[in-house]
Amino acid sequence: MPRPHLLLLLGFAFAAGISALSDRIDPYFLDVMTGIGINVILAVSLNLVNGHTGQFSLGHAGFMAVGAYLSAAVTVFLGPRLLGDEPGLVAQNAIFLAALVAGGLSAAFAGLLVGIPSLRLKGDYLALVTLGFGEIIRVIFQNVEVLGGALGLNGIPYYTNIFWVIGFVVLTIFVIICVVNSTYGRGFIATHDDEIASEAIGLNTTRYKIVAFVIGAFFAGIAGGLYGHFKMTITPTGFDFTKSIEIVVMVILGGMGNTIGVVLAAVLLTLLPEVLRPIAEYRMILYSFMLIVLMILRPQGLFNFKFGKTRF
Amino acid sequence: MATLLQLHQATIRFGGLTAVNAVDFTIGENELCGLIGPNGAGKTTVFNLITGVYQPTDGTVSFRGRNLAGLKVHSIVELGIARTFQNIRLFGSLSVFDNVRAACNLHRGSSPFQTLVRLASYQGDEAAIARRAEELLDIFNLRRFRDAPAKSLPYGEQRRLEIVRCLATKPQLLLLDEPAAGMNPSEKIELIRLIQQIKTQFGLSILLVEHSMKVVMGACERIAVLDYGMKIAEGTPAEIQRDRKVIEAYLGEDHGTNLSHH
Ligand SMILES: Nc1ncnc2c1ncn2[C@@H]1O[C@H](COP(=O)(O)OP(=O)(O)OP(=O)(O)O)[C@@H](O)[C@H]1O
Ligand SMILES: [Mg+2]
Repeated sequence: MPRPHLLLLLGFAFAAGISALSDRIDPYFLDVMTGIGINVILAVSLNLVNGHTGQFSLGHAGFMAVGAYLSAAVTVFLGPRLLGDEPGLVAQNAIFLAALVAGGLSAAFAGLLVGIPSLRLKGDYLALVTLGFGEIIRVIFQNVEVLGGALGLNGIPYYTNIFWVIGFVVLTIFVIICVVNSTYGRGFIATHDDEIASEAIGLNTTRYKIVAFVIGAFFAGIAGGLYGHFKMTITPTGFDFTKSIEIVVMVILGGMGNTIGVVLAAVLLTLLPEVLRPIAEYRMILYSFMLIVLMILRPQGLFNFKFGKTRF
Repeated sequence: MATLLQLHQATIRFGGLTAVNAVDFTIGENELCGLIGPNGAGKTTVFNLITGVYQPTDGTVSFRGRNLAGLKVHSIVELGIARTFQNIRLFGSLSVFDNVRAACNLHRGSSPFQTLVRLASYQGDEAAIARRAEELLDIFNLRRFRDAPAKSLPYGEQRRLEIVRCLATKPQLLLLDEPAAGMNPSEKIELIRLIQQIKTQFGLSILLVEHSMKVVMGACERIAVLDYGMKIAEGTPAEIQRDRKVIEAYLGEDHGTNLSHH
């Protein structure tokens, strides 16, 4: 069996193991793990776009919103109709998986719609357009009354458990690493390094950018679905551009294009506010201050090391 | 000899400047041609016209009888035209090997989805690509740098790597923009030998832009001369060296010194 697949299976086994023991784990700790897992999925998937492919997107929270709302719509509106009011455990997990996939696919579709026109733009312009898109998505959800409008959507079933979180973290990392570490995947990095040279060796750079965008959006949608069924309530403001920036910071801090570094950065930056909780109102100031210091000390990214020959 | 590339009255204007002016030129199969002229004559712009970076304002560029107008740069590469750049353009964050591997994508046998499934057929295809990339690196004696970052190579090796990267796209026509720039005399001699070797080995046609007369006169079968965007002469190296217009515009009266200086 190829090595990445072995790691994938080990990862799923780990998810199942933790899940089996979850009754004995402190619920607060599980909640923190869930928050970390969701951010890891977001950061690793955005890293394909901003890191590997070098397209600066600021709209990741928008795709997360699409996934969160669409998957919640499935479990809230479709779920009871299909499964009755009190579905069994298997039925619950089945509908949840279907909802997550639906959320991911609709986010991917949104990624395609946004990507095709905007990926012609470069650098700052792309950042602005994706930022604008994220805000538009938010405003749309704010005005759709069936989805709760500005007050948000309540009563989402609590389906997210540690198995699904770890499972999707492992799957996201697996997919990104497999895609990038291949002859095909070198095209993303080539596009990042030099678009003109990439075209000159026959790479369709527009297609690469769109593929990166769509894969990134898909996993952002999954993360959104996990988030909604964890918090049980979602509001449009939860997916505003500060959330997008939070994810971008994880990618930059992890070292653009370095999957393992980005995972570590996502863990660190999710834990940091938790650790700083006792000092309440000074928390965000200290958080921002630490970010500035880290950026000055390690502009290439906190965790930008190379592991042997492979670039992760 | 069958015509491979044909420029017919090819013209491009940038605002008031006519960078390439009604140029007629053809290259046949397995031919090694030179394109020379003073700085700013329009040589690189001709490359940009052929490769689809620019669209001609007037006239046509056709390859194997097919008009290239409107084709994207990457589609033209797919038809069989590859180029190097005057100001080297390697992929800085990729290794030497991966620079070549990235260029193997045109002839990749497996679909992107198979990167996830990684069946035996996918692994076989990746192994074949790796083998081919290594063989190409061997020709230019670059295998010893296989895993080094491309940007860490000495300047001359970077130029050679760019040629290897072109070959990985399996071109029929290779456009080389000043491949000898920055090379010392012995490296230039080696380069001429390599250019002739790959021409025979891969059955290539080559169009060579070069300021080093030693390389151009030593390697080319036929030479065209550009000045202010216009073709002012075309002929064998011997004919070009005697041509009055070429001597005035480019080579200089005592082009013997020009030959040894460059
Ligand atoms: N995109 C562009 N916009 C405006 N002018 C351009 C553009 N590209 C090339 N030119 C002009 O066209 C002319 C020809 O340039 P080109 O680079 O083709 O010359 P060259 O023969 O390759 O010269 P060199 O030997 O210095 O490389 C120059 O005057 C250049 O400034
Ligand atoms: Mg030039």
